[in-house]
Formats: sequence, structure tokens, C-alpha cells
Amino acid sequence: MPEILMPALSPTMTEGKIARWLKQEGDDIRSGMALAEIETDKATMEVEAVDEGKLSQILVPAGTEGVKVNTPIAVVGDMTATVKAKSNGANGHAESNGAAQETRTEHDDAPVVVPSSRPAPPTPNGSAPAAQYVEKTCSSFVKQSVREALRDGMAEEMRADAAVFVMGEEVAEYQGAYKVTQGLLQEFGSKRVIDTPITEHGFAGLGVGAAFAGLKPVVEFMTFNFAMQAMDQIINSAAKTNYMSGGQMGCSIVFRGPNGAAARVAAQHSQCYASWYAHVPGLKVVAPYSAADAKGLIKAAIRDPNPVIFLENEIMYGQSFDVPDDRDFTIPLGKAQVMREGADVTITAFSIMVGKALEAAGLLAQEGIDAEVINLRTLRPLDVETITESVRKTNRLVSVEEGWPVAGMGSEIAALMMETAFDDLDAPVARVCAKDVPLPYAANLEKLALPQPADIVEAVKKVCYK
Amino acid sequence: MKAARKSAIAVPNGTARKTPRMPSSELPLDDLKQLYHDMLLIRRFEEKSAQLYGMGLIGGFCHLYIGQEAVVVGVQAVQKKQDTVITSYRDHGHMLACGMDPGGVMAELTGRAGGYSRGKGGSMHMFSRERNFFGGHGIVGAQVPIGTGLAFGHKFKEDGGVCLVYLGDGAVNQGQVYESFNMAALWKLPAVYIIENNRYGMGTSQARAAAGELYRRGEAYGIPGRQVNGMDVLAVRDAAGEVLAGARAGKGPAIMEMMTYRYRGHSMSDPAKYRAKEEVEKMRNDHDPIEGLKARLLKMNVTEEDLKEIEGKIRVRVNAAAEFAQTSPEPDPAELWTDVLVNA
Repeated sequence: MPEILMPALSPTMTEGKIARWLKQEGDDIRSGMALAEIETDKATMEVEAVDEGKLSQILVPAGTEGVKVNTPIAVVGDMTATVKAKSNGANGHAESNGAAQETRTEHDDAPVVVPSSRPAPPTPNGSAPAAQYVEKTCSSFVKQSVREALRDGMAEEMRADAAVFVMGEEVAEYQGAYKVTQGLLQEFGSKRVIDTPITEHGFAGLGVGAAFAGLKPVVEFMTFNFAMQAMDQIINSAAKTNYMSGGQMGCSIVFRGPNGAAARVAAQHSQCYASWYAHVPGLKVVAPYSAADAKGLIKAAIRDPNPVIFLENEIMYGQSFDVPDDRDFTIPLGKAQVMREGADVTITAFSIMVGKALEAAGLLAQEGIDAEVINLRTLRPLDVETITESVRKTNRLVSVEEGWPVAGMGSEIAALMMETAFDDLDAPVARVCAKDVPLPYAANLEKLALPQPADIVEAVKKVCYK
Repeated sequence: MKAARKSAIAVPNGTARKTPRMPSSELPLDDLKQLYHDMLLIRRFEEKSAQLYGMGLIGGFCHLYIGQEAVVVGVQAVQKKQDTVITSYRDHGHMLACGMDPGGVMAELTGRAGGYSRGKGGSMHMFSRERNFFGGHGIVGAQVPIGTGLAFGHKFKEDGGVCLVYLGDGAVNQGQVYESFNMAALWKLPAVYIIENNRYGMGTSQARAAAGELYRRGEAYGIPGRQVNGMDVLAVRDAAGEVLAGARAGKGPAIMEMMTYRYRGHSMSDPAKYRAKEEVEKMRNDHDPIEGLKARLLKMNVTEEDLKEIEGKIRVRVNAAAEFAQTSPEPDPAELWTDVLVNA
């Protein structure tokens, strides 16, 4: 008999909660009828029947959490029934920009399939070993998702400094397009948590002006893809004005939001901007990996008197890590972290690619190759010292990034190693990057385009001549 | 109100600003003379700048304000201390009207260490936090969202200030201007958008570049606009007094379209072949803001001698500024690396 499968209701959803069943066993169901409510990482959605039949058996009872996408949740008799998602009214969609991502998860008659390019995260929820990921000075930890860590980091800084405010599209009443600003409106009110119109160029410039006026704006871009609309204000106004004013016009502002590929949203919504921003003097550029990174770095970014580009990753938002239970916990900008010590080869990575690098390091260990993995954390200023020190030890370097190869972070790191560690290198620096194409939509092509652990393993073997 | 602003270096201004809410028809003679002084200072300063440019002492782009003096002087006469000012790259007049030191401005034009940006900004990029002058921005229209952010800051901090956002008739066709209008109107920000319509965006006349009337560009957002004779400093002053009071009282943003004219080319390298010489001559002869006020003063018991005395003092100051701009040293090579970031 046909099964109803747990649907993927957002591009990055891997599991969800059956909030309640709206139909019971034995009920007749018709096309368009709401069957159940499902809580995703972003919203509560209704699941509708597509075809007609009888709900013969409920396999997953209401209240069950962590139901993986594609798990059978009910059985339908008589006729084939599949499901499609419909937004709950309370979370109605803005039919534009990134909010529209939620609406393109309808599955109609097609079987619900998890994009194969989204393998289980390298550190699945709740299993990240604490000591490996955070500064060793902390003694107690709480388990948090990257999303929660970002929110708490912002909230703590807002409590500490009345000049800090958050603005962006859907950050307040909607609670954040990706729920990163959840609860901030309730605590800090509409004066400090501000919904903007869809007007990136305008509100980026307005934020710069507010920073010149002495405030400390945290400007959220729904994704950094939309920040291209605001590029002039970020580069010409935020980054350059202090220099052009002889030091009078500091601009203490954070531009933050998800960067890089999400899942199955195609080229215009999937780009890594790390090397774009890292190119610009006057900016600092940060890319956290873990929840601890996210919290420690967002706090440091808000406190920094300079414009900071804070590149998050949508796929990481739902992943949990141990975070130091300490209000004063910050991570200094400009410092990389050695995540895994090794003797044979150095792998540098940032953001989501740190997880891929760790995964690759695990695979390499099975083959007797001992890889050192560096989480860059800050891309400008780059921690050249830590990279160089590692290369002096391992004599080999593989740079991993989700961006394109041409003029990428890897190009810069390779050039720097020529300058600082040429005599220490036993092999040319290798780069693992996105393929040099706009990111395709098709699941198989998307996977081919983005760096995978196997690509890292292959590059490492190459530089190790194995 | 009394201490509205004092110039860093002996600009004898201030009197006009003691009476910002008084209609111009009732202004004391000293205030009128002050307006005359402030406009003439800009005129002579710009003429000297042109001279230094011709001598190769000023490089790059240099956009002169000659002809438009009544706009900034009229508005600044009713400005309050806490108000902020931002404009584009035709900015020398705004800086002098804000009370910035002419020597520091001119030394920036010559790229010297004594300049407001220590020689690293040049003509288009100067700032004075002390005078609440926020630039001096080189990208057409970019100052408009920034100024809207300064207005946001006034409202956030509840400091009673208004941001005066100057833009040209060319900038009004930039999309970010309307993004700013929308947010300023939505959030009732204390911003006054002052469009200096000098009829040409570089070489393209307003008629060839902009549809409709510029003062009505805010209508769809509910932003009131008015057109003002920008060649008459008293008309500017009176209109600005009303508009600023409204913005200060929480009525939200407003637009003022100042009908003005630049006598010189867009920049020093522009021969201005896109307009007839007669057009320029007619504006100079019949509508010059300084001559207009001068004629008025002469009818009010002010003598040619009095005005010559004012002019003489201005010449001394401008010559001193030019001297400073040529003798101030070039920036130390170490200055190349400073101010990229603020030290945390």
C-alpha cells in the first residue's frame, strides 16, 4: 500500500516534528486536504494530500521529533496518495527574494527525495565533541544550534550596549527568514529590531549612516546573494570612508547573513562571496563554522569598531555544537583555529567546508595519512602565521573553499605560502573549490559542482604523492 | 541656538544664526551682512581653488560651487548645532558654510598633511565630526541612504537633530534615493532632502535626464516637496526655516528643490559646451545671489565701503588658506598605512 513520506519542507530541512495529525486512521482523504502539521527548522507547515483514498494507518504518532525526511509516516489505502506542503497562514510567504525559497519546496506528485548533495552533516546534531571545537579555557558548555548561538550572541551584545540594533528583511515580526533573530523583537522592541522593506542598497546605506552617527547596526541580509544590490554602500561607504577621512569616520557595523550554497536553490541564490569581501581593505571578513564560532565571533564582530562582513551558512544553522556557557566568551577576529592536529598535510577551510575537511581527515586517517585541519574563522585579516606554522610542520597544503577557484581564497593562500613557506613546501599547494560554473539546480550536478570530502581526500593524496 | 556654530578660524559668522526663526524680511542688518559674507567667502575660495588647479597644485576632480552659494548659506543659516549635513562631491561650499576652516579644506585640495582628511580624501571626500559635516561622498546618490541613516540616528538618540541631505538633479535618478525616501517616510525620519537643481547632471540637462518635477519626486511616499528660488539666499533661508521646523517637530522627511545654477563646468576639466554662453551670462548678470543681496544691502544704509571691508577680510583669509595649502607638507609616507581600520 502507498506510504506517505515525511516531506522536505525547506531547502535545508533534513528532519522535522509531527506536531499533530489532522486526520485519523480510517478517515477519507481528498486532494488538498490537510493531513498533518509538521514543524520544520523554519516554520510549522501543513501537509496536504495530493490524491484520494483512506488513511489506513498512522506510522509516526503526533509529537514525534526528529523524523527524518523520507521516513514513511502513514499508509494510504485504495489509491495512491502523496503529499505536498502548504504554508501555514501564520507564516505566510513574502513572494520575493530569499523568502521565496520556502515556497519552492512543493513536491506535488513527485516522490519526496532528500537532495543527495546534502549528506548527513559531518558532526550530526548533538555529537560534536566539545574540547575539539572551542577554546580550552572554558569549563562548562551548553548544546546549541548555530542559529541559537547567533541569536544569543546578538542578544547579549544588545543587552550590554544600547547602541546595538538589528535591521533587515523579516528580522522582527517574522522572527527571521531563517529564524536567526527569533525572539529579539519580543525582548528589545521595534526600536531596536527593525523590519526593513526589500531594499538592500537603501538599508545598507542607512545602516552605514547610523554607524557614522555612533550607533552599532547589525544589518542582516536574507542571504548574501542580495547584498550585491548593496555592494556600493558596503565597499565605497562602509569600508573606505575612515581612510578617506583621515580616521574621523569609523564605521562600526556588522553585515551578516547566510553565504554560499544552500540546497537546490540554483545559481542566483548560491554563491560564496568570501573572496570578494576579503579583497577589500577596510573590511573584516568572518566565516564561522560551529555554534561556538558563531557566538564567539558574532560578539567580537559587534564589538569591533570596523565594518565586519559576517558570512554564515544556511545548512549549518540547524547543526548543534557545544558552546561555552560564558557571557564573556568571544573569539578574537583574525585568529584561525587548529581543529585537528596532524603531521602529514595541512587542510585549510572555513564555514561549512571545515566539516567536510574534518570528514576527509577521518577518511585519510584510515589510509594512514595524518591531516591537520585549520578552521580559518577570519578571512580578513587572514591568520597567515597559523597557516605558515602548520605548513612548516607538514610541508603540504590543501585549501578548501565553497567558492570558485579563480581569484579565490585558495589562490591567495597559495600565493602567501609561496612568500612565507616556499622552502618548506614539498608539493605545490592544491586547491579544492567549487567547479568554475554557476551552481546548477539538478541534485547530481549540484553535488558535482560543490567540494565533497572525496575531492579533499583526492587532493591530499595528490600533494602527498600517494 | 546662539552657539549654532563658530568657525574654527575667525570667521566672523554666527550673528545670522542667532535668529533662525525670524523671517528674512525682519532680519537685522548684521545678519544680512553675515549671509553676504558667507556667500562671498565661498565664491572667493572657489575662485582661488580654480587658480590653484590651473597651477597644477590641485589634482584630480574638482567641482566648484560658484553660482550656487545661496543654497547652502541660506539653509545653514537656520540649522541648529545638533543637525547633521551630508552632500555629494560638490562640497567645498557646504564645508565652509558649516564653519570648517578654509585652510584645512584647501590643504586637502592640494593633498597635504594639513588637510581635513590628512591628504587622503581630496576635494570630494572631506569630513568634520566636530562640525557635524559627514562628507563629501564621491558616488552620485550614495550620500542619500547614508544621510537617511544619520536621520535615523537623530531619531534613535532623540537628540532633536535633523539631517540635511544634499543631492543634485543628477542624483535624483538613482534608485537608492527612492529606497531612502520610502524608509524615511515609513519611519518618519527627520531628514530634509535638498535637491540642488543646477540644471545639468554633468553635461546632460535636466530635461534630457529627468521626467517630471523634481520637488514632486516624493509624492508617492507622502513626502511634501517645494520648489525654491535657489539664487535668492533669503528665499532659501525662509523656506528652509519652515521645512526644518517641520522635520524637527516629527513630521517626517521633506524635499526642497533649490532652483540654482553653476557658472563653471561640471568639474575643472569640463568646457561646458552643452549650454549657450548667453545662458550663463544671463544667470550671472540677472540672478547672481551675491549681487542680489548686495543690491539689497546697498539700499539699507550699507555703503560700498562696508562691503569692500568684508571682501577685504575674505581675501586675506582665502589667501592665507591658499598659502597654508601650499606650505603644509605632503603626508608622511607612513600615512599610507594609517586609518585603514580603526584600532579595536
